Amino acid sequence: MAYKRHIDRLPIIPADARKHNVTCHYCIVGCGYNAYTWPVNKQGGTEASQNIFGVDLSEQQFADTEAWYAPSMYNVVKQDGKDVHLVIMPDQECSVNSGLGSVRGARMGENRRSDKTGTQQQRLSDPMVWRYGTWQPTSWDDALDLVARVTARVIDKDNEDDLFVSMFDHGGSAGGYENTWGTGKLYFQSMKVKNCRIHNRPAYNSEVHSTRDMGVGELNYAYEDYGLTDAIFLIGANPLETQSNLFLNHMVPGIRNGAKVVIVDPRRTVTVNACEIEAGKENVLQLAIESGTDLALFNTLFTYIADQGWVDSDFIAKSTFQGQVAQGQDEAHPAALGSFEMARQECRMSLAEGAEICGVAEADIIKAAEWIAKPKDDGSRRKCVSAYEKGIIWGNDNYRTVGALVNIALATGNIGREGGGVCRLGGHQEGYMRPSDAHVGRPAPYIDQLLIAGQGKVHHIWANDHYKTTLNASEFKRVYNKRTNMVKEAMDARAGATRGELVDAIVGAIEAGGIFSVNVDIIHSQIGQSAHVILPAVESGEMNLTSMNGERRMRLVEKYMDGPGSAKPDCLIAAGLAQSLERVLREEGRSDYADQFKGYDWETEEDAFMDGYHANTGEIVTYDRLRAMGNNGVQEPVVGFEDGKLVGTKRLYADGQFDRHGREDKKALFCAGAWRGLQAPGKSAQRDSYAFLINNGRSNLNWQNWFLDKDNDFVSDRYPFPFIEINPEDMAELDLEQGDLVEVYNDVGATQAMVYPTSTARRKEAFMLFGAPSGTQGNVINAGVNELILPNYKQTWANIRKISDAPASVRHLSFKSKEYTSA
Amino acid sequence: MSRCTRMVDVGRRQFLRGGAIAAAGAATATMVPAEQARAAGMALVEYPANRIANIADLAPNEPFDVTYPDADAPGVLLKLGKPVEGGAGPDGDIVGFSTICPHKGFPLSYHAEGRTMNCPGHYSVFDCEAGGQQTWGHATQNLPQYMLRVDDKGDIYAEGVDELLYGRHSNVL
Repeated sequence: MAYKRHIDRLPIIPADARKHNVTCHYCIVGCGYNAYTWPVNKQGGTEASQNIFGVDLSEQQFADTEAWYAPSMYNVVKQDGKDVHLVIMPDQECSVNSGLGSVRGARMGENRRSDKTGTQQQRLSDPMVWRYGTWQPTSWDDALDLVARVTARVIDKDNEDDLFVSMFDHGGSAGGYENTWGTGKLYFQSMKVKNCRIHNRPAYNSEVHSTRDMGVGELNYAYEDYGLTDAIFLIGANPLETQSNLFLNHMVPGIRNGAKVVIVDPRRTVTVNACEIEAGKENVLQLAIESGTDLALFNTLFTYIADQGWVDSDFIAKSTFQGQVAQGQDEAHPAALGSFEMARQECRMSLAEGAEICGVAEADIIKAAEWIAKPKDDGSRRKCVSAYEKGIIWGNDNYRTVGALVNIALATGNIGREGGGVCRLGGHQEGYMRPSDAHVGRPAPYIDQLLIAGQGKVHHIWANDHYKTTLNASEFKRVYNKRTNMVKEAMDARAGATRGELVDAIVGAIEAGGIFSVNVDIIHSQIGQSAHVILPAVESGEMNLTSMNGERRMRLVEKYMDGPGSAKPDCLIAAGLAQSLERVLREEGRSDYADQFKGYDWETEEDAFMDGYHANTGEIVTYDRLRAMGNNGVQEPVVGFEDGKLVGTKRLYADGQFDRHGREDKKALFCAGAWRGLQAPGKSAQRDSYAFLINNGRSNLNWQNWFLDKDNDFVSDRYPFPFIEINPEDMAELDLEQGDLVEVYNDVGATQAMVYPTSTARRKEAFMLFGAPSGTQGNVINAGVNELILPNYKQTWANIRKISDAPASVRHLSFKSKEYTSA
Repeated sequence: MSRCTRMVDVGRRQFLRGGAIAAAGAATATMVPAEQARAAGMALVEYPANRIANIADLAPNEPFDVTYPDADAPGVLLKLGKPVEGGAGPDGDIVGFSTICPHKGFPLSYHAEGRTMNCPGHYSVFDCEAGGQQTWGHATQNLPQYMLRVDDKGDIYAEGVDELLYGRHSNVL
């Protein structure tokens, strides 16, 4: 049977419950929620005067009511050391979601750690040190001292290259401005760590270098632009699943308002289906291109639109670079940047050529161009929002492809105006505040490959799980296990030794090729199994935390519950580590170096916020001011404080001045990136050697690498394994039934998945769910990256073979079509 | 604009207001509960055991509208024609579900070909042959299913629900 909670009654929120501002800590959309808490020995009643809603709850509530919450929104947690009831429910007043809850965010309540209801017992509560052959809980002082002493042995004032750091740079979750600043100050100010990477990619770089180099920051619109536009152009994105309430609350109203939809995706997604339902099939165009040919499509569209004269000549003249080349192609720029005419010349591609490469009809490319750019009958400009995500970010030739898309938006004047924008849809929320990373260089070091090659002596990991979410993961795990085991064995051999002797033993193992691994996380992750020291962090809601969403909307999540045990905010862990390093370095007589680790006397996360965000953004935003702005917050950049309110910026570049590249002339640049086939090493050969495209991505149900979801019964019941969608005819050829476990294997590794029959899947094009603990998709992604070390997940080919009949845990599952149809 | 849009609009404005009950399918017969539910003053909700239909009322794969545990809680009985987990009756093929989407309370429609309950509000799909499991959607619970008993006369009784019903803080008001 499907998982059922057998909860048929919930405590009612009393009228005097405490109310906290909450922004969902999962995806980029950042839906508004409220957390209500009240003492465990109290409850509200059904009479209107007895509950927070002021509604008679003895009656059935109706669709879209604000007076109902699901069992998944409820828990019993600690607040200031006392048990309290907790309900985290969507906020009707928040303009982002208007009361909608996604299948991720509406489970925040039951994904809190609770000693009473038993949820999320996997959360780390105390520091742990590898000792006596396993991990032993210990104090912060003990754990941080060991980390500092070993780290101090491999870093020097003039050379910190033996310290490798993997650190999140996102908002929401356990990220946010507080925590990126804490880690950023430690590694980029006190130290100048060069060998570092970000949570979802193997280097410290931007996912969208080209749009920034062109002067266009990637989050430049407001969500309301979807309701004001004539066309929605979605590329490599599946917003119904991965930005659910942006789709439902902003895109759907735009579609109902008459906007046509162009979707570029080799796979028919539930987004395509929903758009067809809302707009009618005649108003939705899916360009199901050959995987990885987006650049050819964009260059063809750009060429056609320009040739038709459907461009905004005034905008091009006033707001974009005039001349030829402004930035030549070089090691740091995989394409030249410059004027409209220069780019037009370089990118030129005929309809016939584009249609041939992309595998779509010329007429469809023309139709897309008309929907995106053809002036209306009265001569007025057509408005278009372009939105893209991992389909091209983690796809072929990232720099040129993103640049080619931005070319179209610039040429048609669709940036900085109502109903326009060319934007990343996003994964996590954002919340980045760090000192300059210029010392890292560009291209940035390819950290995973350096670790595989034996470099790095100490590795600090902040909420990264390479084992589940990196590329070339099979080899990475093999080498990393070996190198960290060398240190574990050395530590085991010195059980009972003094701290000095133990540090010597660890350093000896490091010098022999081992690596000392420090893992800061909220759970004991898969890469955390290799750690020697584990430090427990708290999440959003267990601390005050600020972030911004995909339209740069900044909010404060108010702390509504205690973190587990002695777990701390990452910013305060970073501060503790800095202070420990200062102490150890001073003890060792390295006082000049020790002085660099001053400046971390933060008592709370608010202190870190003031030291970082507040001090570096005009000293306008404070917790109190942000709290008063509620769940609607303020759109960044924040430019003032008037009449008791923070004043923000609805959309960027409304004045036609482009500055993201730092050019003084504030003119946007076009990207001159011609099509050059599959660009990353090894991709063409893999395509020619294996039967199936292993396209990959997200479902709406599983957040990120499932770090909380793997301990959530509702989710793990639905997908005990990652699914792989396969066409039924391909299944028949491979003698597969629904639910069978298959191995996906190629030249770089192997992984496993559960067969999900999908009649809309194209022959020999499978789609596998990413980030699962029970089948790491990254095992079969090769090490090939673009010139700037951007991974290329989407273009992967492999063979498929059966491992076993459907295991017991999947036999009860629904394997039906995920597409809604009206009865 | 498709029919679904209108349904959503209808849902947003009128659904369930004034006691209107959504029809899950073409069948129109609605049984009045034999006993009106009353909340009991004890820790567990006391469900009524209501006769909601007779086997003779059911045709294979045709939804039969019911209400349970009271008249404000619309639901459906289905005779699927093959035994399923949780199925009642001599063939183990009779199941009953709430027809209110547990995501935002919109009325579900029965999709006979797929044997799923589909939500026009936000496109969620629930599998009637898999215990109401959400095949795809936004709800954070699977579709509430009735616990059914069939007696010697073929009378079908509902005697409980396995998830919280949308719009209620207690399944029995």
